[in-house]
Amino acid sequence: MEAYRGKAIAGGIAAGRLFIYRKEKRRAKREAGAGPEKERERFLKAAAQAEQELKALYEKALTSAGEEAAAVFEAHSLMLSDPDFVREVERAVSREGVSAEYAVDEAGKAFASMLAGMDDEYLKERAADVQDVAQRLIRILQGGDEDAKSPEQPVILAAEELSPSETVQMDQRLFLALVTERGTETSHTAILARSMGIPAVSGISPRPEWEGRMAAVDGESGVLYIDPEEGLLSELENRKRERELLARSLEALKDQKTVTGSGRRILLYANVGGIRDVSAALAGGAEGVGLFRSEFLYLEKKSLPSEEELFLSYKAAAEAMGEKRVIIRTLDIGADKQADYFELPEEENPAMGLRGIRLCLKRPELLKTQLRAIFRAGVFGNLSVMYPMIASPSELRRAKALAEEAKEELKKEKIPFAEMEQGIMIETPAAALLSGELAKEADFFSIGTNDLAQYTMAMDRQNGQLEEFFDPHHPALLRLIEETAKNGKRAGILVGICGELAADPSLTEEFIKMGIGELSVAPSQILPLRRRILELP
Amino acid sequence: MRSFKYQIQDETGLHARPAGKLVKLARELDSAVTLAAGERQADGTGLFAVLGLGVKKGTVVTVTVSGGDEESSLKLLEAFFRENL
Repeated sequence: MEAYRGKAIAGGIAAGRLFIYRKEKRRAKREAGAGPEKERERFLKAAAQAEQELKALYEKALTSAGEEAAAVFEAHSLMLSDPDFVREVERAVSREGVSAEYAVDEAGKAFASMLAGMDDEYLKERAADVQDVAQRLIRILQGGDEDAKSPEQPVILAAEELSPSETVQMDQRLFLALVTERGTETSHTAILARSMGIPAVSGISPRPEWEGRMAAVDGESGVLYIDPEEGLLSELENRKRERELLARSLEALKDQKTVTGSGRRILLYANVGGIRDVSAALAGGAEGVGLFRSEFLYLEKKSLPSEEELFLSYKAAAEAMGEKRVIIRTLDIGADKQADYFELPEEENPAMGLRGIRLCLKRPELLKTQLRAIFRAGVFGNLSVMYPMIASPSELRRAKALAEEAKEELKKEKIPFAEMEQGIMIETPAAALLSGELAKEADFFSIGTNDLAQYTMAMDRQNGQLEEFFDPHHPALLRLIEETAKNGKRAGILVGICGELAADPSLTEEFIKMGIGELSVAPSQILPLRRRILELP
Repeated sequence: MRSFKYQIQDETGLHARPAGKLVKLARELDSAVTLAAGERQADGTGLFAVLGLGVKKGTVVTVTVSGGDEESSLKLLEAFFRENL
């Protein structure tokens, strides 16, 4: 048995023989046409025929695959008669004197790349539709018949990519599952699979030698099994049922408070990488955001974001979460992760270089602009600010002085802002050891276990060679966490964990015993962790 | 020439399906239809042009009609936006 892991894009489980679909891609060579008038006429004739074909396909899809799948052909008709598309083809045949085939191919590529370049997953997928329309026109112009290679018995259909024009040619009732190399949840493959209630997996490149082999598709975890062992199918079915049961029972915990058996209240927050993840956090049952990363606001840009841009993002997060708390971490980048406009010099050892709060203190305007934006956005929700990579109390003091300056400025400019808690990440061993002193000046701690582990053990977690040495539960790391929790508790401030360890169920009980009051994890880990905490004594 | 402004409520913005319907409607009207969002403008009968506006939830779109029966074109378009977007 061989197993290939891809991405699940439509749920379900199926088994059957594989049918490999290979498409012939029609290319048009750059060649002189028979004159602009003639080529224009050829194009219009081909477009009229394509229109007829698309109408017929629409009717066919409507009865065999439903309205959503059929609507695609309507969109194809609109693309075919799109004034910009038609104009572009006509321009190429008359100005460049090329053949209609070549003009269509080029125009198709141009509009496809326009869509592919858009900042929207759904529209990106539509690039394949344009190519599909262009292919149809080229085929008609070259005088070919519709490519018809269709399975004759129920099969798992595997292809590089499936276009609606192709799948509708086949008897779709014969599809048991779809496997493609490309495609996301909004691709035709996924839409078709969901409308038929069959599983689909993408990210797997089909091989010719698989033709006719027995296979099973697990649309829940996104795995294709070739020559599946006996019993696999019933096992997959069982697993699917278990997953559904688990999901349903977890869903019931969504709006519950997180409390241990003995009544200890734990704040269960979400880590988010930007405004996009905030809705996932809410949907996942988060009681707040324990780590709102600011990096995306900088790394996706060509120049430094303005205070207004930052403000709008922070405000959107604050408003989306309402009364729930959002802890915004100020910019945490370094030479290994930067945008060009920062012009940070290359460093021998960026993990220990100019990064996090150090960079922000060296370029105070960078931090002050962020702080102004965060304080202003605080008016619209429940925000806190958190400084990363603190190693000494003096760094925290300097950051807080800048915060005071920012507030003074806002006051003078009569711009409304909110007072809020200012906390720090504990992610250097120095900060953990000095947590007693730091607790006097910070309003809360959040332990970043990923960096704390790497700095404590002096081991790069990304370095695969160190795997046998790397112990995620290293006693030194746990002792630093305990020390931090103890000192935080003594000073009466909240101590949380926002690194990967926060979601480790084997440590949850120990963390709570240490006095950790907040755990911040990926949105999808919230409900399983809530269940774990509810089960604790 | 007459126009109205509309803020997109639909979660997915002006996506392929509503965009397709809009383009079909614009092609049926006897007025010329122009859409504007931010600094971009698009001919309402062009699917690529309309998709290229990149209209998302919250975007304010200005719809302008000119020529033909502007009054009824405007009414039909307004009703379309309210129902679909």
